[in-house]
Amino acid sequence: MSCDDKVDCGRRRLLVATAAAGGVAGVAVAVPFVASMLPSERAKAAGAPVEVDISKLAPGQMMTVEWRGKPVWIINRTKEQLESLVKVADKLADPKSDKNMQPAYAKNETRSIKPEILVAVGICTHLGCSPSEKFKTGAESGIDADWQGGFFCPCHGSTFDLAGRVYKSKPAPDNLEIPPHMYLGDARIVIGEDKKA
Amino acid sequence: MSKMNAILQGTLNWVDERFPLTTLWKEHLAEYYAPKNFNFWYFFGSLAMLVLVIQIVTGILLTMHFKPDASLNASGVPVAFASVEYIMRDVPWGWLIRYMHSTGASAFFLVVYLHMFRGMLYGSYRKPRELIWIFGMIIFLALMAEAFFGYLLPWGQMSFWGAQVIVNLFSAIPFIGPDLSLWLRGDYVVGDATLNRFFAFHVVAVPMVLLGLVAAHIIALHEVGSNNPDGVEIKKKKDASGIPLDGIPFHPYYTVKDIVGVIVFLMVFSVIVFFMPEFGGYFLEYNNFFPADPLVTPQHIAPVWYFTPYYSILRAVTYPLFGIDAKFWGVVAMGASTLIIALLPWLDRSPVKSIRYRGPLYKGFLTAFIISFFILGYLGMLGPTPMRTIVAQVCSVIYFAFFLLMPIYSSLDKCQPEPDRVTSK
Repeated sequence: MSCDDKVDCGRRRLLVATAAAGGVAGVAVAVPFVASMLPSERAKAAGAPVEVDISKLAPGQMMTVEWRGKPVWIINRTKEQLESLVKVADKLADPKSDKNMQPAYAKNETRSIKPEILVAVGICTHLGCSPSEKFKTGAESGIDADWQGGFFCPCHGSTFDLAGRVYKSKPAPDNLEIPPHMYLGDARIVIGEDKKA
Repeated sequence: MSKMNAILQGTLNWVDERFPLTTLWKEHLAEYYAPKNFNFWYFFGSLAMLVLVIQIVTGILLTMHFKPDASLNASGVPVAFASVEYIMRDVPWGWLIRYMHSTGASAFFLVVYLHMFRGMLYGSYRKPRELIWIFGMIIFLALMAEAFFGYLLPWGQMSFWGAQVIVNLFSAIPFIGPDLSLWLRGDYVVGDATLNRFFAFHVVAVPMVLLGLVAAHIIALHEVGSNNPDGVEIKKKKDASGIPLDGIPFHPYYTVKDIVGVIVFLMVFSVIVFFMPEFGGYFLEYNNFFPADPLVTPQHIAPVWYFTPYYSILRAVTYPLFGIDAKFWGVVAMGASTLIIALLPWLDRSPVKSIRYRGPLYKGFLTAFIISFFILGYLGMLGPTPMRTIVAQVCSVIYFAFFLLMPIYSSLDKCQPEPDRVTSK
């Protein structure tokens, strides 16, 4: 833009400044529009801890409870099932749970506070389907002859062992999430809270 | 009678002085000269417009009864799911309107896929029609978004878990992904907030974008003129008055031809709407007759048929790369598989446009591409097994090879010479 007889540079500058200010205002108004699509205060408030009674959960059984709209599995693992965790370790992507998918107190061989009781969010770390239980071992499971029991995601075929650890070369990148949880006595678990009372 | 004509002519003149009605009619219909050798493949553009109208009309009627509400009613059924059952059972002719809308969704994709394939057969994307192709590809993407948003609304099991999977695709993007998918859902899980916003996108936002894009697609087409099965430019040979020698006015010639296509289409459409609206689970999936349950994923989950080829490509990627998860690369491959189609105008280096004059190399690659597209589509409907994953990986490689090697094989190919003028009798 050169200033000559035909262009009034003072007015042109005012025009540019006005357009720029208008542009800034336009961008600024996009902020509340975009922010309005974030979770509302009500959605943030929902998500209270859930208390569960596991006294009736026999060894080898599994129960599902809802926490923050997600399925949370509680599994009472048998001795054989716990032994299988060692057998499958070399087929897993993250056998030692090095990725931060669990609270520090569940970063151990069984990914749990009590060795037999696993508490895990039943949401596949790939794209959020809920894997199905495949506790039967061997060819009967429909997965393969070496299958030691675990979970199979029907959406994209990821497999997890009985501690929610993902197998190698599967679409899911991480082990299943272990939610914060704690025991109130022997048979009561609180999911979503782990402050030591 | 002549007095009547005079009044009509006077009214038309009055309008024309204020709005270019006659000019528009001539430019786009009565004096839009289209090549005289259009064949079967040229039905699908006008059919896509017909299906768009069907979807808009039935969609408006459905919104009068549908409730985008995920909360549970007094009988413990989600309100949205119950309102679809209400439409099916209690609203007069509600079942017909809903089946027209659900069948229309599949029909839309069928017609659009055939329309796109026509473009590939006859090189309709080549210069000077690159922008028509780009607008068309954006229409295709908007249509996929529209179908995806609409699929959540009945709030069945497949609605819920399909949305869960697709929204989570965005979480694979490094750094911003998890926050982005949270923002899209409006909650920590797919829930009422998600249903409400998908409703807004499905009935207001995306349809407006679609209509604007369709207008741009047609304006661009009428600017450069239609291609034809011979892939030669009819504008190169004009008569004394500047009309292409091989052109005929769109109206009445092609309006009449297209009406024949509409009649045949509506016959097939009616058979499906009245006798097989679920189409064996391909148009309406059986699991979607169960209300959404956030705690249980159905044993068999697959997208609707028109998404399955891309879904197969997503699943086929199982190797991490550059230290980033396979999940991210699967999403990249799926996105690339749809976007790469838009690059055809620049990938194709052949001296001829139409398949009629192309050589064996292009025909071979195109055949391999079509076969792998169908296999991917078929595998996407099935559950994953190690063998199927390998087949999907091979087909994905063929899919991408068709596009990425095109600059090489299309220029090496032994083509036949194009004729000067179109070859119809």
